[in-house]
Amino acid sequence: MNKKDIIMCRCEDVSLQDIHDVLEEGYTTFEDLKRILRIGMGPCQGNTCGLLVQREIAKYLRKPLNEIETHKVRPLTNGVKLGSIVEALKNES
Amino acid sequence: MKANIVIIGGGISGTSIAYNLALKGMKDIVVFDDNYMTGGATGRCGAGVRQQWGTKMNCILAKKSVEFFETAQEVLGYHRDVEFKQEGYLIVATNEKEDATFAKNVKLQQSLGIPARKITVDEALEIVPHLNKDAIVSATFCPTDGHLNPFLMTDAYYVAAKRLGVQFFYREKVLEIIKENNKIVKVITNNHQVETNKVVNCAGGFSKEIGDMAGVDIPVYSENHEILVTEPIEKIQGPMVISFAENIYCQQVPHGAFIMGRSTIGVAHNHDISSTHEFLDEMAKTAVHLLPPLANLRVVRQWGGSYNISPDRQPIIGDTDQLEGFYLACGFSGHGFMFAPMTGILLSEVILGEKTTIDITDLHINRFKNNKKTDYETSVV
Repeated sequence: MNKKDIIMCRCEDVSLQDIHDVLEEGYTTFEDLKRILRIGMGPCQGNTCGLLVQREIAKYLRKPLNEIETHKVRPLTNGVKLGSIVEALKNES
Repeated sequence: MKANIVIIGGGISGTSIAYNLALKGMKDIVVFDDNYMTGGATGRCGAGVRQQWGTKMNCILAKKSVEFFETAQEVLGYHRDVEFKQEGYLIVATNEKEDATFAKNVKLQQSLGIPARKITVDEALEIVPHLNKDAIVSATFCPTDGHLNPFLMTDAYYVAAKRLGVQFFYREKVLEIIKENNKIVKVITNNHQVETNKVVNCAGGFSKEIGDMAGVDIPVYSENHEILVTEPIEKIQGPMVISFAENIYCQQVPHGAFIMGRSTIGVAHNHDISSTHEFLDEMAKTAVHLLPPLANLRVVRQWGGSYNISPDRQPIIGDTDQLEGFYLACGFSGHGFMFAPMTGILLSEVILGEKTTIDITDLHINRFKNNKKTDYETSVV
């Protein structure tokens, strides 16, 4: 199957080809890939692509999977509307 | 290993300085950064580029930097899009005092050739229709301000600098700067010993510590500024919207997401870059008050980053009297990303002993000696 048609990140529409291209350019960590391709920055926050990318990096570097760092996990764990936060604060006071 | 110069910090300032030095023909330039590329302040910033400032020096640095950004893609020969979008900054005044200050600022900006103008509430609503008109009394607008992708802009400088022979070592920490007879002789990292006589300190949030390492006291400190990003939606907002009094900056980036930030009053001076729910609460209230339809947007992620603050909130760029061969580009007070083209040009001129493009006496660290009065920048979120 064409690597361009294999979607690694559904949130930001990143293909396996994109990943391999950037690995070839010499960027071989999740943090680098994330900043160049936006992979892991979408609504799922890397929950879907995280392991897939980790595997591709491991394969490329010929290292065991457990030696490949995952990306930094940041809040929020789930998308929350700004308006919901404002409403919740009104109920508090 | 030998180097003509060691640059400490591989963010937007370090990559810009390295590129400009290499372009002028300097060989054996080495850059160290203890994190991944843009892991520091650069990659954590709000991705805005503006020329509307309250001090003359900041205006000039910003204007000339924007001129570079307009051609950066071609000049640096970068193969990706750096996402430069010039749809302006709309700075709203929420009270009469701000209105008066902004009138003065716009006059200064116009005198320097910056196309900013003072506008009415109705004119502001034409530019950003979803503004809460009851929250503002007037605004200023500069159409050539805008947005730029911090990761890709840094990568563009990095790729161009590497092509010119600059060596970069990310995830490598500088541990010591060795001096003999008050001259730099060596830089020691956790992986290299580099013989050199020149060091550039553009370490962002850690500039003070690098200064201490060299025995040069720099009057800067770091503080956490938090920020968040929403899910992407179809385009509804062209310019960055800022209010200093309401304490908010908010823009929709080309990708469709909204990025917004505010400063935390009374935040500690340290290297904390964590995220707090207090920020999330205050940010949500402010954003929904000033830009009501944003209430429907989901927050995807929040993070923090260091502002490296100088006493007058203008950058420190230049050499030092205390230590020969030690150069500074720090204290950007939250605006190092947008000034980076000029940072690179000016500091490379200083290092190579050339006449600088603009007079930068007022950016030298000596301006803080003997409590001299400097031009204080008030237009900062």
